This record gives sequence, structure tokens and C-alpha cells, in this order.
Amino acid sequence: MRSFCGRITALVFALGLLVAGAGVALAGPYEDALVGFTEGSLSDTGDAINKVAASGNPLAAQLLQAAEDARLMFSAAQKKVFIKTKDDKLLDAATGKEFTGTPPDDIDTVIVNNRLRGIIDAVIGSLTLMSPNTNQRFDAAQAVFKSREVSALPALDKALAAEKDPRVKKAMNEARAAIVLTDKESSDADKIAAIAVIRDRGDQDALGLIDGMAAGQPADVHEAAQAASAKIQGNLAIWNAVQNAWYGLSLGSVLLLAAIGLAITFGVMGVINMAHGEMVMLGAYVTFVVQEFIRTRNPALFDYSLAIALPLAFIVSGAVGIFIERTVIRFLYGRPLETLLATWGISLVLQQAVRAAFGPTNKEVGNPSWMSGAFDLGGILITYNRMWIIVFTGLVFVALLAMLRFTRLGLEMRAVTQNRAMAAAMGIRTARIDALTFGLGSGIAGIAGVALSQIDNVSPNLGQGYIIDSFMVVVFGGVGNLWGTLVGALTLGIANKFLEPFAGAVLGKIAILVFIILFIQKRPRGMFALKGRAIEA
Amino acid sequence: MLNSVKPNARRWLYAAAGLAFAATAALSPAKAEDTIKVGILHSLSGTMAISETTLKDVMLMLIDEQNKKGGLLGKKLEAVVVDPASNWPLFAEKARELISKDKVSVVFGCWTSVSRKSVLPVFKELNSILFYPVQFEGEEGERNVFYTGAAPNQQAIPAVDYLMSKDGGSVKRWVLEGTDYVYPRTTNKILEAYLKSKGVKDEDIMINYTPFGFSDWQTEVTKIKAFGSAGKKTAVVSTVNGDANVPFYKELGNQGIKATDIPVMAFSVGEEELAGLDTKPLVGHLAAWNYFESIKTPANATFIKEWHAFTKNPKRTTNDPMEAHYIGFNMWVKAVEKAKSTDPDKVIAALPGIKQANLTGGVSEMLPNHYITKPVFIGEIRADGQFDVVWKTKGLVKGDAWSPYLPGSKDLIADWVKLKCGNYNTVTKKCGSGS
Repeated sequence: MRSFCGRITALVFALGLLVAGAGVALAGPYEDALVGFTEGSLSDTGDAINKVAASGNPLAAQLLQAAEDARLMFSAAQKKVFIKTKDDKLLDAATGKEFTGTPPDDIDTVIVNNRLRGIIDAVIGSLTLMSPNTNQRFDAAQAVFKSREVSALPALDKALAAEKDPRVKKAMNEARAAIVLTDKESSDADKIAAIAVIRDRGDQDALGLIDGMAAGQPADVHEAAQAASAKIQGNLAIWNAVQNAWYGLSLGSVLLLAAIGLAITFGVMGVINMAHGEMVMLGAYVTFVVQEFIRTRNPALFDYSLAIALPLAFIVSGAVGIFIERTVIRFLYGRPLETLLATWGISLVLQQAVRAAFGPTNKEVGNPSWMSGAFDLGGILITYNRMWIIVFTGLVFVALLAMLRFTRLGLEMRAVTQNRAMAAAMGIRTARIDALTFGLGSGIAGIAGVALSQIDNVSPNLGQGYIIDSFMVVVFGGVGNLWGTLVGALTLGIANKFLEPFAGAVLGKIAILVFIILFIQKRPRGMFALKGRAIEA
Repeated sequence: MLNSVKPNARRWLYAAAGLAFAATAALSPAKAEDTIKVGILHSLSGTMAISETTLKDVMLMLIDEQNKKGGLLGKKLEAVVVDPASNWPLFAEKARELISKDKVSVVFGCWTSVSRKSVLPVFKELNSILFYPVQFEGEEGERNVFYTGAAPNQQAIPAVDYLMSKDGGSVKRWVLEGTDYVYPRTTNKILEAYLKSKGVKDEDIMINYTPFGFSDWQTEVTKIKAFGSAGKKTAVVSTVNGDANVPFYKELGNQGIKATDIPVMAFSVGEEELAGLDTKPLVGHLAAWNYFESIKTPANATFIKEWHAFTKNPKRTTNDPMEAHYIGFNMWVKAVEKAKSTDPDKVIAALPGIKQANLTGGVSEMLPNHYITKPVFIGEIRADGQFDVVWKTKGLVKGDAWSPYLPGSKDLIADWVKLKCGNYNTVTKKCGSGS
């Protein structure tokens, strides 16, 4: 597919040059330029890139794309250059035909660095402005906007005249305006018109562009720039607030996800479970194992790996939870200090067990395609992984609430929490309910681990980072109350994210902790305290 | 390997009882009189296990190979492995145990600066030798410690020089992003002073710190993006520590910041850290080290082959601190052979001037200040998690114990051969003054 695109690019490139009147492609300069790639030095490679771009050979765009993707190979001994296609075929770069002989022994990749990659981006950008593919034209316009290469202006004007897609047209107009603003030669009227275009773009890049304009502009241009800058800044301030709120929501949802299992084991059962974080960690490792399995057996299923991991993580963490409850915790009910020590010990055991089984290093858990990348919503950028985690947290919360409210198990759980003796007298097997409740809390921690594997390290230490935050959320929200946990998590998340830009990440966190300490002094039972005699039990 | 398995198993039992701290007395390796003991002080559990376990393994491999070559001074080497469990006070306790109880001749160990600072008094008091293999903030010159990792002038300063050069993109605006502890803070102080000496203005430097294990990078990355869109070429110099890097890079990738827009130059991200990451969005971001696995030399090829054979895992990566241990261990062997003794005083005297070929084609030398000479490489991340070397220093760089860019240390030098002093003030001509 890519090589097909590459060919189209090459075609467009040739056409573009013909239209621009640069002359018919000649074999000479292109082949001379290729030698530069065999020197193994960055400056030679840079020269070769420029020469290839200027040579007008139809293979140029394909070759440059290959260089950027580290698919351009060379042999220093034979002074030959090869293009490796996406499907691992070797092409002779000089002719574009498939290379059939045995590859040379010293074949190696041509190294490009960021500077060269920037040059390639700009060249390919100006070459693909006329591409039939809308997305490619859009990318090309963005590349030109970034490079602000004055030489791209004629090609851009031609492309603009032919463009029909409004989104691409807008991007091209912005790219044109950016060039006009950077070009010292452009007239004042053009500049003022360009400022208006950039002002309507209204993002950070636009602000940077206008503020970065050379000093000593004529008065009317200067005035227009000032006004535009002020307008963009006002616009950005509003979007910044929206962005902070979104980030806060996102952090809050992560906190909630990590804490919601604890809200059951600690909040509902009153067990101080220091191994809660390790249940989260186990869930993340289940995701890793599932992905490894899929990678080796059936890579096509990769996008479904998280959906497969969710029930498994719930079962694994839940089973471990029940096991811990049956073997350790049930002997320690009503002895919080011993429970704390024992579960802390368990957390160390689990960490070390995972370390022994999987090794101490981070494990790679990939993002399925629908969880990578971002999209623009107005003036803010929303990353897919964060968005889906917010959605997922909401679903888990609702499901849990529904379970506690509408199922028999939920009813029994609530009964045992409220009055254990009475519940037992009514024929509820409290010991069984204890085990199931603990298993439920642990299982939910496990599915939290599946989600957190998408944004954090999957290492044996994963859980430690969340245990303090989780306790903080549960205590702040009010022990024994799921709604309190929800409000607590979101409050802390949003407060943290509004503090962070001013105070920095470290001070922001300290400020939150101080706030919670003061708050707990005033309301020891958290925001939403449960009332009733059951609490004292 | 056996040596390390047994204490671990025991440790679990203790941990299960919730008594992890009390496990100090658990280790009692067999006494054998005809061996030379080598202490290995790296965390095998806790936060730092992710990095330090590899160093324990490479030490076992080096000792194993030396024994196959016939040992040292006619005796076999014996590794004594202890686990300080990422617990800084425990490092000091374990060091004391290694030196006074196990009677080791030398210790290879520590990763974080705080663990090194914690064991320093022990090594001074009991007069033993520590080889420290990790890049760090410098500002130290101890008689009993040999620093085989990079000092700031062997990593941070050349990295910034590269970014300022034409090839590095002629960077004009700088974000110094670090984890909030001693190494990033000192390094950033040195870098800030260095950048200002190069004419960079205050408003073009932004310094940010985040807590250990930070995972929500959204605001920080947005801040970097905003700072970088002011029209001047911007780069991030990252002293972000191990674990927080993965979410940091993930967020960079998700928010679409490419290396061609704002490159990130990292000082603590190597092959090992990238092994846990999808590196495709990171292609082109940079790291500065004294060694990369991808460097093609015969010595490195042999080392990687032996490493794969020893760990029985053809995918295990090698990294910079491993090379530092390789150099350090071989230097120690040569010094012991030269001194014909493992007596610490004699070995400490023999070490300066010892030369050892490193894995990247040069010859490193132990300097009188107990630092070594190293080449500096800048690598760009490839799609397969390895690095392409895009720049290197001409020749080897001598490690500075004291940074010339900090007001508190610019007059200090360390020299244990002529001056017998780790913090000699060249202005007052006195030993022991200043910081």
C-alpha cells in the first residue's frame, strides 16, 4: 500500500516539476547524487538529499520517503544504494527495478538525523501538494506551514487554485499566510491579510508566528499584529481553562479507577488493604500476557486485546483477592494494624513473585489503534487513550453501582456492611460474602490495571504509585460511599490540574496533600460520611 | 546465579511475615579461604530493581569469565551478592556487612546518588573500594570510590553542545525537565549556568520538576508544546528518571510532538528503558551516553554475544552502565595484578593510570581524580528501540570531579596521586575547603 502511495508521490512529483517548468528528468544528476548516500556521513547524506530533491527524477520522492523511514540501504564497498519496500523487497535505487542478485555483505541503513528528517519533510511536503489523496494534501499543507519555505509559494498558489476540499484549502491558506509573514519581500497589504488568516487559526503556533514576526514592521502591520496577538491570547486563555478541566477529568478518572476497588475493600469492608496496588499490577500483567499471546498466535486480533484481557484480569485479580482473604485477612478482621502489616507483606510477596516470573524490567503493552493518537476539539487536543479511559471508568462505576443496588449479592453485601450480626441472623453466610466482596474489589482493581497499562509502565512497581492516591481518594470522599469516591476523585483530579500550571507538578501535589490534611481535621469522615450505628462496628 | 537465588527465596519468607527490614542477617555465604571475594551491591527488589538487576547479572558474567581465564593472582574470584532492596539506609548496612563480615576486596554497586552518598561513610571508615557505574551529577571526589559512569562534562555538556550545533538543529530555547531529586537538580544547575555562559537568555530557559514515578504528563507536555511554539527552535533536555519516562514519551507521541519539532535529549533513557515501549512514535528523539549497543566494534560484538549466552536470552539488551562495570572490573583486575595484592591501599594507589580498552573502540584511562576518560555519543532512537549514533566527540573526554560552571565548585579539583586530596581549592591552595 505504502509503496503504491510512494509511486503516486513520485508521479505527482514529476508532474509538479513539469508544470513548474523545471525541465524534464535527467538521469545524470540523480545518479551522481546517490553516491552521497554511500559515504556514511550525515553531511554527505544531507547534500545527497538536496541533490536528489533538485534532480527531478521520478524516483526521488520514493527514495526520500524511504530515507525518512530508515528503509534506504547502502553498500559502501559497491557504492550502491537500495530502497527496501514495505514488504521487504530490495529495489535498486538507481533504476527503481527490483534487485535480484544477492545483497552485498556490508549492506546497512542510511542514517538520517532530525535535521535531515526536517528537510525531507519540507521537500516531500512541497512535492505532495497536488496529491489526489486529501489527507496527503492536508499533511503537505501542514508541512509547508511548519517549514515556511518561501520557494514553496508558487507550488502552493497553484495547489490552492485547484483545491476544492474546504479543510485542505484552509490549511493551505494558513500555510500561505505563514510564508507571507516570514518573507521579508511581501507587501504590507499582503501581510495584514495574512495576519487575519493566522488570527483565525487561533492556536499556539499562530501566536508564535505572529509574536515571532521581525521587528520594525510598518505601523499598520504592527497594529494588526498586536490586535491579532491579543485576540489569540484571549482565545487561548479560555481554551486553557477548558483544557485544564479536561485534564482534571482525565486524572480524576484514573484516580477513581484505581480507588474504586479500594472503596469496596476498605470503604465497605473496612480492610486496610496495602496489596490493593498489586491487584492493579496483576491486571496490567494479564494484559501483557494476553497481548503476547495474541502477537504470537493471531496478530489480527490485536485491536481486541483489551476486551479479551478485561474479563481475564477480573478473574485473576479477583481469584488472588479471594485467596488472600481466605488465607490471611479473615483471621485479622477487627485488627487494622495487623491487617495493614500483613497486606503490606503480601504486596511485597506479589511484587517479588511477578519480578521473578517476568523479570524486573518494564513490559511493553501496546496501544490498540483506537487508543493511540489524538484529535482536535476546538482549541484543545484530546488524546484517545485518555478519552476512552474516562468512558471506561464511567461504565465501571455505573456497573458497580447497579450491581450493589439490583443484584442479590449486592443486597447481601450492603446488609453485611450495615449490620453483620443482623445479616448473619437473617441467614446470610457472612464469611462467604466477605470473600466475595474482597474478590469483587480486587477484581475491579484488576480491570483498572488493564486500563492503566495503557498509560503507565507495566512493571512490578506499577501498583505502588497508586496505593497512596487511592487511599487519599477514599478517605477524602468518605469511607463506605461510592458516590463519595467519585466526587473525591474528580475533585482531587481537577484541583490538581488547575494547580499544576501555576505551582508545578511537585508543589501542586504537596498543596493537594496539605489541603486533604486540613480537610480531614475538619471532617474526619470525609465529604460524604455514612451515618448510623453500623459505622462503629 | 545460585548465589543470588538462595537469599532471594529467603527474603520472600521474611517478606511474607511482613519483616522485610529485618532480613539483614539472612545471608551467610560459605567461607572459603582461597578465593578473592567481590561484593555486588545492587538492588534486586524494590523500585530500582528494574535497572540494577542487570548490573548484578553483568558482574556475575564478568567474574565468571575471569575465573575461566584462571582467576586472579592464582585464586578464584567469588561473587558475594547482597540485596539492598532500593532502601537507602539498607545500602550502608549491606556495604558494612560485605566489607567487615564477608571480607570482600572490592565492591561494585549503587545506582542512585542517594545510595552512593549513603554508603560513602562506610567505605571511608572501613577503607574499602567502590566502583560506581552510573552517570551522575559529579561534585564529588572520594579516595575510596572510582567513578566509571559519566560526569556532567562527559554527558550533559556535550549533549547541549550538539543541540546548539547546526546538525543538532541550532536550538535556541531550552526546557530542562527533570525528576525532583539530587541528580537532575544539580545537572540542571550546571546546564543553566553553562547555557547562560553561551548567551542564552533567562526567558528562553524553562525548568520543570516532576515527582518520582510521575504518570500524568498531560499538563507538562502541553506546557512544553506552548513553550516550543514561540518561533524559536526548542529542545527538551530530560533528566527524568527511569519509570516516569514511559508515560512521558507516550504522552509526547499522543500529542503529536515529533522529534523534528521538539527533540527530547534524555540522559537516563537507554536500551533497557526503551525495551518496555512502543518506540515508533519516538523515532528521532535523542539520548547521550558513552556507549550504545548498536555501536559496531569487534569488542562490543563479543561482549553482546557473551551476554546473550550468559543470560540465555538472545533479546537481552546491553547498556551504558554495563559497559562502565566492564571497564571498571577490568581496571580493578589489572590494578590488582599490578599491585600483586588485593590490599585496598595498594590497589587504590595502583588504579590511576590503568588503561582499559572500552567497547566502543577507544582506550579508557583511570584518572588521578578517580574518574575515567570516555567518548561521548549522541544517539537517535530507531524504530526497533536501538540508537543510531549521529554524533560523537573527537577522542575521549576526561571526567571532571568538580564542575567549572558552578560557583561553589569552579576552583576545586580532585587529585589522589600528587595532591592526595578530593577537593583541593586551586585559589586558596588548601585541601578540604568549599562545598
